[in-house]
Amino acid sequence: MLASDAITNREDAATRPPTGFKAWTRRLVPVASDAGLKSAHFRKPGIAVWLLAPQLLILLFFFFIPSWKALSLAFVQVDPFGGTVLFVGLDNFTRLFASASYRSSAVLTFWFTIIQNVATLSIAGLLAFATDQVIRGRFVYKSVILLPYAIAPVISGVLWAFLFNPTVGPMAQFLHSLGLPWDPNRRPFDAQVLITVAAVWKHVCYDYIFMVAALLAVPQSLIEAAALDGARPVRRFFTVSLPIIAPTIFFLVVMNFTYGLFDTFAIIDAVTKGGPGGATNTLVYKVYQDGFVLLDLGSSAAQSIILMALAIVFTILQFRAIERKVNYQV
Amino acid sequence: MVQRNPGLTIFCHIVLFLGAAAVCMPLYFAFVAGSLTTAEVQQTPFPWLPGAHFIDNIATAWNEEDFSRLYINSIIVTAGIVVGKIIISLIAAFAVTYFRFAFRMTAFWLIFISLMLPVEVRIIPTYEAVADAAGPVRWFASATGLSGLVESLTGYRLEAALQWNLVNTYGGLILPLIASASATFLFRQFFLTIPDELCEAARIDGAGPLKFFWDVLLPLSRANIAALSIILFLYGWNQYLWPLLFTTDKSMATVMLGLKNLIPVADAAPAWNIAMAGAFFVMLPPAAIILLMQRWFAKGLVDAGK
Repeated sequence: MLASDAITNREDAATRPPTGFKAWTRRLVPVASDAGLKSAHFRKPGIAVWLLAPQLLILLFFFFIPSWKALSLAFVQVDPFGGTVLFVGLDNFTRLFASASYRSSAVLTFWFTIIQNVATLSIAGLLAFATDQVIRGRFVYKSVILLPYAIAPVISGVLWAFLFNPTVGPMAQFLHSLGLPWDPNRRPFDAQVLITVAAVWKHVCYDYIFMVAALLAVPQSLIEAAALDGARPVRRFFTVSLPIIAPTIFFLVVMNFTYGLFDTFAIIDAVTKGGPGGATNTLVYKVYQDGFVLLDLGSSAAQSIILMALAIVFTILQFRAIERKVNYQV
Repeated sequence: MVQRNPGLTIFCHIVLFLGAAAVCMPLYFAFVAGSLTTAEVQQTPFPWLPGAHFIDNIATAWNEEDFSRLYINSIIVTAGIVVGKIIISLIAAFAVTYFRFAFRMTAFWLIFISLMLPVEVRIIPTYEAVADAAGPVRWFASATGLSGLVESLTGYRLEAALQWNLVNTYGGLILPLIASASATFLFRQFFLTIPDELCEAARIDGAGPLKFFWDVLLPLSRANIAALSIILFLYGWNQYLWPLLFTTDKSMATVMLGLKNLIPVADAAPAWNIAMAGAFFVMLPPAAIILLMQRWFAKGLVDAGK
């Protein structure tokens, strides 16, 4: 196959709208050996090997070997001192699905990620819509709203843990003055509210950046046409802008799920440590707790495998979102 | 130009103001708490105005957890992540887009499959890998009979020599975090958009691949490298889970762990003023970066999502 063929094929694939599952896997997985190769390229394999070696070695030691070990650990039983290893097949998984604590953790994670997702997207959407409408002060608003992106999840957790601390926190005092029995250290629901608020506060800025950029890219001509037809700003947002930025929103939904599943570890560790009584023990936190605190390596590895499967699903969805984003652009 | 609706504009300013206030509210209360004494911070109702002890509390927090040392650790680890990941990703992306060689697609997929699994899901095996980084080499040596051969020839025990524990080292804090292809993917996407004529022209002028990389690709990638550096800086500085697992020695901890230790636990004196003052100097570097380089960073982040 000529190198130039590869280029034309790639361009074809980029301009042709994908049809169905097969088409997008073909674009996702460049099967042809020249895909993603510049038509003007070098034929010096010796140099290429040296250029690739650092990345491949690091991946081998810190990605492939650990992932392989995680896979194999999930099917064995190791005693906490690492003395004996016993092959147990799918026992770790059946034990896991039978355990009430794992199921409640899964249900909790499900609701936590959904509520976090909806709240983050609606707040970010409202703020992005407003940013799109105003001219004066736009830069200042943007700078302030972006600020939490710089703040580590663990700091976000500490800030909110203080605000809602039942003895000293100003917000907790406010809630107490309203007669509410607020205490995240004892009441499971309060703890869940607290980690959700901290997680949303930290992540709104991320969705906001993407939505502002997407709204800016909506062609002005379409907005003007809608305005001539008599559509008011809110209606223009819902009938013109929103469908055009829908692929961005889909991408953000996937990213929010990934964030809620994996990146909220630090918030939970700083605010509740999974308590009270496991009320905020999400799936990622449970992997850490069972593996490092309770030293149940087999169960922890089996949980890792389940999370890996979820991560793979989200990565594929993310690739798909990126692809749709390209195709919807006007 | 679409005519603006003044009522809507006012409404939007109110929304944005409330959003900005919601962002600032925890930071303001943290500042107030950080400027009070331990006794003042426990009073009800909580004061609205800051006290006079902010500097004192900063000094106390700084000395309580030896932040001079932690700051140096955090700077070294963050710099290692930023520089290491960018160099490794740049050259790997260069290799897969600009070279034709056997197993090119295999290398491509070996790299990009790592996008699938975030570090959080392989906590324990990665911990083992870092605690015994030479383990696979040892296993390979004994499985192939190499170690037996060396031992019988020289009396030297290969197993004993091949020990490489990365716990409590900068390597252990940096390497697992750069084992991901996200930056490589970004640079690859960018290289694919560079016109082919540039490479052809360079070749006609007699430039080899390394000269082309250094004199053409690198200057063109400057904007991408800058944006990615900011994102990686925030990523590295704000790391929490890895340092928590990989450092048992207090002198190797990072600022995030130091801050965590300042948070009052159930039985101790509720020194929230110290913890909040500490939070300020821990989040100072990333906040400064975001405020000073907002334009670069926002563009880079949106590009990274494409």
